[in-house]
Amino acid sequence: MNRRLFLLLPLATAAWAQPEPRVIAVRAKKFEFTPAEIPLKVGEPVVLEFTTEDVHMGFDAPGLGLHADIVVGKPVRVPFTPAKSGSFDFACDVFCGEGHEEMGGVIIVA
Amino acid sequence: MKDVDRRQFLKMAGLGGVVFASGLGCASTKSGTGYEAAQDEFFFVQLSDTHWGFKGAFNPDAEGTLPKAIAAVNALDPQPDFIVFTGDLTHTTDDPAERRKRMTQFKEHIAKLKTQRIRLMPGEHDASLDNGDAFKEFFGQTHYSFDHKGVHFIALDNVSDPKGAIGDEQLKWLASDLATQKPDSRIVVLTHRPLFPLYPQWDWATRDGDKAIEALMPYQNVTVFYGHIHQEHHFKTAHIEHHAARSLIFPQPAPGSTPKRVPVAWDPAHPYQGLGFRSIEAEPKELKLTEFPVVKA
Repeated sequence: MNRRLFLLLPLATAAWAQPEPRVIAVRAKKFEFTPAEIPLKVGEPVVLEFTTEDVHMGFDAPGLGLHADIVVGKPVRVPFTPAKSGSFDFACDVFCGEGHEEMGGVIIVA
Repeated sequence: MKDVDRRQFLKMAGLGGVVFASGLGCASTKSGTGYEAAQDEFFFVQLSDTHWGFKGAFNPDAEGTLPKAIAAVNALDPQPDFIVFTGDLTHTTDDPAERRKRMTQFKEHIAKLKTQRIRLMPGEHDASLDNGDAFKEFFGQTHYSFDHKGVHFIALDNVSDPKGAIGDEQLKWLASDLATQKPDSRIVVLTHRPLFPLYPQWDWATRDGDKAIEALMPYQNVTVFYGHIHQEHHFKTAHIEHHAARSLIFPQPAPGSTPKRVPVAWDPAHPYQGLGFRSIEAEPKELKLTEFPVVKA
């Protein structure tokens, strides 16, 4: 076996062996997110997968630098690995109607 | 970015009321009690967030508050040169016919203002669900500029896009409009949402507001008046001052002061508390803000 390939093989195997990030489905509809409370762990990579059931929505968690435009019929996946613990509010930032102002939630990183 | 210096603010505040002198360098305000307003060069009045059509416990006199505010403005002597409404004229509805009905009624009410030089701009409740179509039918363009007695006014629309953005096309228009001004021109920007990220967790921001601020930054005398947050608020981004107006429907809590963005409850012992409007006097070197309640205490 090529010597260089032989040396790289364990690294490639280790990378291959890493588990897939946990996918957390977040559904938006007038005027709520489900779940509205998302528990995460520091250092655990996850993928937030957003869908909307009715109209164009937005997901904005400024404390974590996370943002997504959620268009009908197109799930949007946001990879994220929390680096710090705490509670971080998120809100819908695409105006969607009379209950828009109440549409939000919190990501709790432990 | 920094908060307006609190000591400076208090130094300028009158006893028992809040005053702020702004703008074109620095601003001062005071609370008005007698609806009198001295006219130096000229003054205009800012009303905001009337939310015509709202029904709910946060304002049991929702249909009476706008008429009371109009009566209070009509009692000003002298009358303002003009009046601006910085958005959310109507409360949102999913029904396009109902939206137009509310705009019709709003228009009928403001026809009772003595000063009929009125400049309107939309809020997200008026414009975000139909990209400003109904607003334009009733009130005209959603962004524009005009000049008055040496001050250049720019109305910016950051709500017709439901994402709360100004958009590249309007930003290009802003750049061309500003290009007609000198670095020391007196410029007043009127808009609905804060152009700076006041509290994005509550959607109190403009997605591309930083681009508008960047375009305004080369101009030395810029003051922004906006609404949206239903409370008086004063802030500076470098030399640019930003002043939020009170609402005429219900007050909101201070940014981030409560776990959720829930309006301040109506207090039967102090009805209309936290609601009001302001006058802005354009003096030779400053803008002087005076805050008025909806009804006299």
